[in-house]
Amino acid sequence: MQTTTGLKSFWKRLTSSRETTLFLVLALICVFIQLRNSSFLTAKTIEDMLKNYSTTITLSLGMMSVLLIGGIDISVASSLAFSGMCASLLMREGVYSSTLVMFLVSMAIGTLCGLIVGSVIAYGDVIPIIATLGLTNIFRGATYLVSDSQWVSAYQFQSSFKQFAQTKTLSFGLVNNLIFISIVCYVAFFIIMRWTRFGRRIYAVGSNPEAASVSGINIKRIKLVVYTMAGSFAGLTGAMYTSLYASAQNDMALGMEMDVIAACVLGGVSLSGGQGSVVGVFLGALTMAVISKALPLIGISQFWQRAIKGLIILLAIIINIIAQRVLLKNQLKEREI
Amino acid sequence: MAEHASHTIIATRKKTLRSVLLRWETLLIVLFIAVNVMNASISKNYLNVDNLFTAISAFLVRGFIAMPMAYVLVLGEIDLSVGSTVALSATLLGVSYNAGMPMGVSLLIALAAGALCGLVNGLILTVFTELSPMIVTLGTMTLFRGAAEIILGSTSTGGLHNCTWFYNVYYAKLGSVPYIFIVFCVLAVLFGFTLHKTTFGRYIYAIGSNRIAARYAGIPVQRVRLICYTLVGLVCGISAVFYGAWMGTIRSDIATGYELEAISMAVLGGISTVGGKGNFPGTVISIFTIGLLRYGLGLANVNTQTILMIIGGILILMVMLPNVISASTLKHAKVLRTKAGQKA
Repeated sequence: MQTTTGLKSFWKRLTSSRETTLFLVLALICVFIQLRNSSFLTAKTIEDMLKNYSTTITLSLGMMSVLLIGGIDISVASSLAFSGMCASLLMREGVYSSTLVMFLVSMAIGTLCGLIVGSVIAYGDVIPIIATLGLTNIFRGATYLVSDSQWVSAYQFQSSFKQFAQTKTLSFGLVNNLIFISIVCYVAFFIIMRWTRFGRRIYAVGSNPEAASVSGINIKRIKLVVYTMAGSFAGLTGAMYTSLYASAQNDMALGMEMDVIAACVLGGVSLSGGQGSVVGVFLGALTMAVISKALPLIGISQFWQRAIKGLIILLAIIINIIAQRVLLKNQLKEREI
Repeated sequence: MAEHASHTIIATRKKTLRSVLLRWETLLIVLFIAVNVMNASISKNYLNVDNLFTAISAFLVRGFIAMPMAYVLVLGEIDLSVGSTVALSATLLGVSYNAGMPMGVSLLIALAAGALCGLVNGLILTVFTELSPMIVTLGTMTLFRGAAEIILGSTSTGGLHNCTWFYNVYYAKLGSVPYIFIVFCVLAVLFGFTLHKTTFGRYIYAIGSNRIAARYAGIPVQRVRLICYTLVGLVCGISAVFYGAWMGTIRSDIATGYELEAISMAVLGGISTVGGKGNFPGTVISIFTIGLLRYGLGLANVNTQTILMIIGGILILMVMLPNVISASTLKHAKVLRTKAGQKA
């Protein structure tokens, strides 16, 4: 008897935490793929996977903060392309040759894009989906305009910039530079969200805007800052993206916003705001990366990728809702007794 | 005294609201004329009836979608999956025809596929009412496009023009009026009549203004929503049929960005994105305004990316404008209120 109740409470604790459930699912997926193709769980494959998806993984943080205040930003992929393209063009023209400056310029342009998104939403009172739907086309169009519909190819970049994505200089030989940037972002974001006034305000605005407003939080300013922050992340990932592929194309990262949103909803971020954790988003992004990497490994055609991503998003949000309903029901039941 | 003050406020608000509405309609017609003048100045052949109808047929293929989109926006919701639904329906049309089915059957398959896609959206949203339409339709947008990609891969399905009567669906004319224009007019009258003159239309407005109040008033909220989303899908199927007859070849990446255009058309027509507001004639005028603007920009050799940029800009400005105006009128009303208070 005692063991069953012990087991029950253990099971309850296990399933009540979103992160542990997701972790178990992720582990199961990994084991399944490993059984189908033994080249999956090797250090090299995993490092390649993390390197190639470091952009999606990092950008998820920006989307997470936007979803936390109950908004959405489908323009991040276009801001990524625009900032990456602008910074690459300047490098091609020889304005600067340092990788660090290129990253900073890209981030600055991304921040500007985010500032535009934020002001339209916060001060123009446009609902987020309409604002970002319009702006995603504006940023993408601007990318084509500034580049005159041409690529910036590998030979036009500084070799140190191309090397950056392949070397481990930042962490003194521990992990790949791009992976290191992702890790730093996650640690910083974890601290900000958990222990700073700003982070707690984001949660407050998301869970109950009116209460937050009454308690003296300037909602419009929080909105502006959050969308600007998402833009900065887009700028950072724009630079990462161009260094990873050693080229800047006009249609780069097309549709990446869906990957990022999928990573967030998988990680348990609520779309109505106020719910979600950095660890959850990390696991969600990791799951997306594993799935994208594993599909070709177990012999599924690349043409299935998009449909599977759509299905994952739909299933994740529906499962979230069902879990919420069950939770609510159980709470009511406990109250009755 | 207080009563008197509140009366003045209501009176001033009504007046300004009416004048804003008046300005909106005028603005739309002025914009429509401006677009035509611009186009006529770019090309001398623009005002030729045949040319005009060629241009109109081309944008009506996506213009159809703005009509049910207006319904969904009046509900206070959004459907982002329309472009993908068109792509999937058109894909099924082409594939089934090339598999040896008669064109009539393929056409019905396309319409059914469109309606089914809409039904899927509607069912998910009505069974799980907590979900926001934005995220669900973003998901189905990816899913439907992905399904088209699974079916076609990177190939295309063509030869649709081998069927003469199907070719005529888009290209044939009654006198000098193409059939697609006639179909559009019939549908526009149907949609407009339903929205403004039937109980169903009033239900849509009621739900858009206040969903909870609508439910307490005994309106079958979920059924109305389900019908609206299915309608969007069905009209996407119609759009897919015309697309097939127009192009003759289908790829999985067709109709991208249709959601932006359909939403822009409805919003420019004065449909509010938060629901409950807007009228249908405005939407029809703005379908033609945006369509002809697009055509004119094409005449001026502006590339597609820049055209989408301009449409995106118009969309945002049109949503921002009334908000900014109403914010200033609200400020005005506040000033009046304080003045009335001082007098009292």
